[in-house]
Amino acid sequence: MAEMKTAAYICSGCGLGDKLDIAQLGKIAQNEGKIALVRDHAFLCNSEGVQMIRDDIEKEGVTHVCIAACSRRAKTEAFHFPTVAMTRANLREGVIWVVAEGSEHDEVRQEMADDYVRMGCAELKKVKLPQGNPNTTLQKRILVVGGGMSGLTAAFEAAEAGYEVVIVEKQARLGGWANKLWKRVPFKAPYAEPQDTGVAVLAAKVSTHPRIKVHLNSTVAETAGAPGRFVVKVAQESGAVTEEAIGAIVQATGFTTYDIAKLPELGGGQANVVDQAGLEALAQAANGGALKRADGKEIKSVVFLQCAGQRDETGQHLAYCSGHCCATSIKQAMYFKDANPDIDTVVLYTDLRVPGMGEDFYRSAQEKGVIFTKGKASGVEAAVNGCKVSFKDLILDEDTSLDADLVVLATGQVPNAGVNLDAWDKAVSEADGGSEAAKQNKSEMQKISILNLSYRQGPDMPQFKYGFADSHFICFPYETRRTGIYAAGPVRRPMDMLQATEDATGAALKAIQAVENASLGRAAHPRSGDLSYPIVRLEGCTQCKRCTVECPFGAIDEDEKRFPVFNEQRCRRCGTCMGACPVRVISFENYSVDTVGNQIKAVEIPDEFSEKPRVLILACENDAYPALDMAGLSRTVYSAFVRIIPVRCLGSVNTIWITDALNSGYDGVMMMGCKKGDDYQCHFVKGSELAGYRMGKIGDTLTGMGLEPERVSSYEVAITDNERVAKFINEYVAQLVEMGPSPMKGFG
Amino acid sequence: MSENRQAIAHYRNNFLKEVEVHVEDGEWVKMCMQCGVCAGSCPLGNAWQHTPQKLFMMIRAGKREEVLSSDSMWMCTSCYNCIVRCPRKLPITHIMHGLAHYAHRLGMAPKGQPTREVARLFWNNLAKTGRVNELKFSLAMYFKDGFIQGIKNLLAMQGIGIGLMKAKRLNPMELLGGHKCKDKDGIHKMIAKAREIEERKQGYAS
Repeated sequence: MAEMKTAAYICSGCGLGDKLDIAQLGKIAQNEGKIALVRDHAFLCNSEGVQMIRDDIEKEGVTHVCIAACSRRAKTEAFHFPTVAMTRANLREGVIWVVAEGSEHDEVRQEMADDYVRMGCAELKKVKLPQGNPNTTLQKRILVVGGGMSGLTAAFEAAEAGYEVVIVEKQARLGGWANKLWKRVPFKAPYAEPQDTGVAVLAAKVSTHPRIKVHLNSTVAETAGAPGRFVVKVAQESGAVTEEAIGAIVQATGFTTYDIAKLPELGGGQANVVDQAGLEALAQAANGGALKRADGKEIKSVVFLQCAGQRDETGQHLAYCSGHCCATSIKQAMYFKDANPDIDTVVLYTDLRVPGMGEDFYRSAQEKGVIFTKGKASGVEAAVNGCKVSFKDLILDEDTSLDADLVVLATGQVPNAGVNLDAWDKAVSEADGGSEAAKQNKSEMQKISILNLSYRQGPDMPQFKYGFADSHFICFPYETRRTGIYAAGPVRRPMDMLQATEDATGAALKAIQAVENASLGRAAHPRSGDLSYPIVRLEGCTQCKRCTVECPFGAIDEDEKRFPVFNEQRCRRCGTCMGACPVRVISFENYSVDTVGNQIKAVEIPDEFSEKPRVLILACENDAYPALDMAGLSRTVYSAFVRIIPVRCLGSVNTIWITDALNSGYDGVMMMGCKKGDDYQCHFVKGSELAGYRMGKIGDTLTGMGLEPERVSSYEVAITDNERVAKFINEYVAQLVEMGPSPMKGFG
Repeated sequence: MSENRQAIAHYRNNFLKEVEVHVEDGEWVKMCMQCGVCAGSCPLGNAWQHTPQKLFMMIRAGKREEVLSSDSMWMCTSCYNCIVRCPRKLPITHIMHGLAHYAHRLGMAPKGQPTREVARLFWNNLAKTGRVNELKFSLAMYFKDGFIQGIKNLLAMQGIGIGLMKAKRLNPMELLGGHKCKDKDGIHKMIAKAREIEERKQGYAS
């Protein structure tokens, strides 16, 4: 690479020139920032200003550009110079829009701007233009695990988009659950009658598609590699193994029904009690005629018990609602009514939940004479000719009963998500201990694995609530913690067939994005397009394994000497490994311990008698930094004593930054990140959680330094929190003023 | 009544179907989704033993005796709040009156229920001559609970009665036959025809 030549451009537009001494900023960039070329411009983002920068890059050989103007999130199209490394000093949203009006604030406003220019210049010295991961991949084939409605849809959509697809299906034919259904809940207007499933047509289209290869009677025996370079071993029932090169994976392994044998109190196990799947079998056998029980008797009355073993508060059964079962029972009641309107059909429900266009379907069933009774069943007993259902009528508030030839239990969906990684971790550490039984237990556990990933982190993707396959449920439902592997359909959350097909289409698109990004050496969501990637200086590594354990995406394996092995294609560039590393050997070309550390050190710290505290804010670039920008946009005033540095994720915050800041005389540090916990909003899943954990341990260090633990504080900031974030800042600064200046001042 | 009993015998086991056929707007009962908005909207709701929501549930549960002998539907004042608010657009007010009428014709409506008594006296008074005889109607109302009570009512109301007479709003001569419409027989024929049409519509046609 050519020799480094720096340049700084200071904009005086948008009122910057009126409120700030631009000449002084230029001098600071030149003298303190040691920038070779410093220019100012009255309107930097217009074509003339941009052309000026472009000319300097071409003619003057500028390789590093610092733009002191608006936020790094603004004017990104104008300031797009892909051939140079760039930093931005945020003078508009970060200074003039948030510092109080009036000449009495001129001094602190100018100091704030001076510091941001110093920080921009200091960062510039340490950044390099990301070159992109040299290990690009070529494999763009998509593997779909599971050949049911979701899997078929994902495969068909991906193939129609021009990608090669491989389907692995355990059964002898494609179709999955849909094969067992007589009809499906309607998915087209007028949403009034059960419709044909259409699975046969779809399966035929898939089997004859020129870009789709189907493995029947097969399972995935091993998945190794990373997006764009997976090597998948497909094992046939016969034992034959085929190796497939794969770019990305869609896991559409569906669900099994909750076992009705676990519901003896509702008649599970009795001859005249079936689950919804059992009723579909009876309907298929009837083939449109009168439905008959297993003993051959024609069914004249039927009761559907909703929420059987679901929404259970006792902890014995499923705690959740499976979402589809109300509409399914309505559909099944119609099987009877359509064959013979005189058959008594009662749906016993506590809350009828029919999402989507289900309300029309519900109404249609009422018109056909299906009786809906709001009640909670307490028991099902065998009676002379069928069953007696005891229940509490919740409208009439009385205990009563119904007789029926057949009872149908609406049981829930249980995901086929493979191995639970929490249990797996435990089994692995026990097996490492050496006992034969523990080793046996581990290999037993592996038998239910679906993907058999050869990842350090375990053989399947992590599981979410209630054992469903991983999902960033709140913000990005399709995302998982295993890059390039996407869950679709009821394995991800309970859903009906219509939702599953939509889900499968979404997952197919995610898989396509993943292979395309991997082929260009770029990151996948949420830093999609990012060309930087973690670079590790292995000679300094102490094999502590923190990065491999803490990586939220399982991107880092270990070699036989326990050194980390980075799989860049699995990496999302959050920097959690960088934050974890105690010896600081992990960095990105444009984001490292030094790029941030240099900014922290560049700030001028006033002495203890100045009554000007300095507070460092490390703000997550996903939510907190935009919220701070919005505070600027809405001209919400906050203290001019803060200096804000955006970070990729709080997980990337290395504790050295905190101790460095406090050592050099900052009075306090605020960490702003996304919501953590069960309903986390962290874009990198574990980042804010890990930051909270690491900062929990920093208290001792602070006490050792003779500092109050309050000098470091953490905040959860959502992207909409522009008002709150200003309040946090002002309150914290007031608290620090009360506490008095840091005793570390002057030692830095 | 015997022919009525025969007509409904077929539905003995399915009260909902009986209601659908014999009660005005009864075919709507199955469409209730038990949200309870009618019960919450009724200005007299807390005076009812059974809200419309409950009545519909009882019909579906086959509680024939309880529904038809209930006095709840007789309490409806036709304010139409429930009809306006029902998300399923059930003509609830009409169904209430339909149920009351059906219970009355089966002879199952509660004895001495005030609304029913007023309605009966009013109808009989009107149907006789084709005009309402207000004096006779008032007297019939006063004496509906017995002779002694009738005299007490009269004494209590005498001031108003005399006032009305002085203002020429009440003619004591009405007691002797009173005014009637021009074609009394025609009115009787009309009523008979209307009844015949209704019987046919509600499945009682011979």
